[in-house]
Amino acid sequence: MSLLRVRSLSAFYGSFQALFDVSLEADEGETVAVIGANGAGKSTVLRAIAGALPVTPAAVEFDGRRVGGGPAHELVARGIVMVPEGRRIFPSLSVEENLRVGAYRGRPGPWSLARVYDLFPVLAARRGQPGTNLSGGEQQMLAIGRGLMANPRVLLVDEISLGLAPLVVRALYQVLRAVTREGTTAILVDQDVSEIMQLAQRVYCLRKGAVSLEGRPADLTRHRIAAAYFGV
Amino acid sequence: MAWVDTVLQGLMLGGLYALFATGLSLIFGVMRVVNLAHGDLSILAAFVAVVVVETLGLNPLLALLLVVPLMAALGFVLQVVILNRLLGRGILPPILVTFGFSIIIQNALLETFSADSRRLNPGGIETASLSLGSGLAVGWFPFITLAAAVLILVGLQLVISRTSVGRAFRATSDDHETAELMGIDNRRLYGLAMALSLGIVAVAGVFLGIRTTFAFSSGPDRLLFAFEAVIIGGLGSLWGTLVGGAVLGIAQTVGAKLSPGWGILTGHLVFLAVLLLRPQGLFTRGRRIS
Repeated sequence: MSLLRVRSLSAFYGSFQALFDVSLEADEGETVAVIGANGAGKSTVLRAIAGALPVTPAAVEFDGRRVGGGPAHELVARGIVMVPEGRRIFPSLSVEENLRVGAYRGRPGPWSLARVYDLFPVLAARRGQPGTNLSGGEQQMLAIGRGLMANPRVLLVDEISLGLAPLVVRALYQVLRAVTREGTTAILVDQDVSEIMQLAQRVYCLRKGAVSLEGRPADLTRHRIAAAYFGV
Repeated sequence: MAWVDTVLQGLMLGGLYALFATGLSLIFGVMRVVNLAHGDLSILAAFVAVVVVETLGLNPLLALLLVVPLMAALGFVLQVVILNRLLGRGILPPILVTFGFSIIIQNALLETFSADSRRLNPGGIETASLSLGSGLAVGWFPFITLAAAVLILVGLQLVISRTSVGRAFRATSDDHETAELMGIDNRRLYGLAMALSLGIVAVAGVFLGIRTTFAFSSGPDRLLFAFEAVIIGGLGSLWGTLVGGAVLGIAQTVGAKLSPGWGILTGHLVFLAVLLLRPQGLFTRGRRIS
């Protein structure tokens, strides 16, 4: 049974319609990739799932409940946790405080400060520094660690590769692989297709706010993906 | 020695101003909202203390045990029921609505308690003094006020720097959208901040009522001094608020010593000088307020 189901999701920013009847699902423990060009609506899908957009309750079903439209903070308590685009580290909080904010709702689960520091030793070394003193890659580690501190049932990761060097991106995806292997469901959004396709068991491609292709990575040829991505 | 005495008196008056300013500073820090009813709410607290003292026969300092939770509860309700509706609509609606509160509170107090000045009588402690030797003496009550201000500021600083709620205050102040995505219920958190703010200003209002007479219209002056203390100290710094209150209090007593009519004016002039020479305040964390 799917843990998360998005059904005929439409979303608007004012009078601008960003999503048209998007449907997707993720089974428990599955890693799902949402790819697409800039402006295709990938981040909007994640924000809708996280409860940060006013969508209809039926548009998002999580663990058998209709949760569309949030509020976001209650969905965190249910286990829907977002690593936002651009990392959004709290500048007046130290590295450790940023991580602790992730655990604000006190959801029980396997993740703790010690385990996040095991995963990202560099964060442990710089725990007392302001979060925004870290390099871009380290800030992305901090954002992922902060999300894990909430003990997610489904982790939403938005544009992990944004502005980072390919080697750093590869290392971050290695970490995500380790995390998802432990059974955390993940929905990953990225423009960069190469890494994400190796991790995902299911892929959705968005173009102009609608799903243009879906399937298992093994079943999809580069040609079909390129066609769905660029619309050529 | 007379001047040392004057500065000491000013310092202790500054403790009272810091108490008024702290709640204002907290609300601005967490929500970026200026509460124009802050002074009137402190006077409301003083009148609530009058009622508690008259009906239960309590000492006003003991009445704080009732007044502080009552005002904190009022703050939570005001924030959650009314002020939260104004979120995300720009800077003007909260200013207009709190200005409206200010007018409503003043008129409700006038209707209920008439225009007579009142005072809270703590039973002798307000005139008792503590000798510091070599001819110096400070009043017990101003000393208690300053000590209370320092204790409250230290306590608040600990809450903000060490507790989960304090981290949530700072995270929300930084980026309320992301804070919400981390599971923080901003609306409830704002309610807590307003409860803390009004709990602290209730202490300030009751101390004011013991120190001097007050009437329904005393609020706006309190707001003005609170603003001045916050600006002198620097926005967003609790220690700055304490120093700002002290600078303002000392300026006022030194001015009044020079000539009895100059006290308030000297306070305003020092405030203007700080605004001209160091507009970011004496203490700032160097963070821009956008």
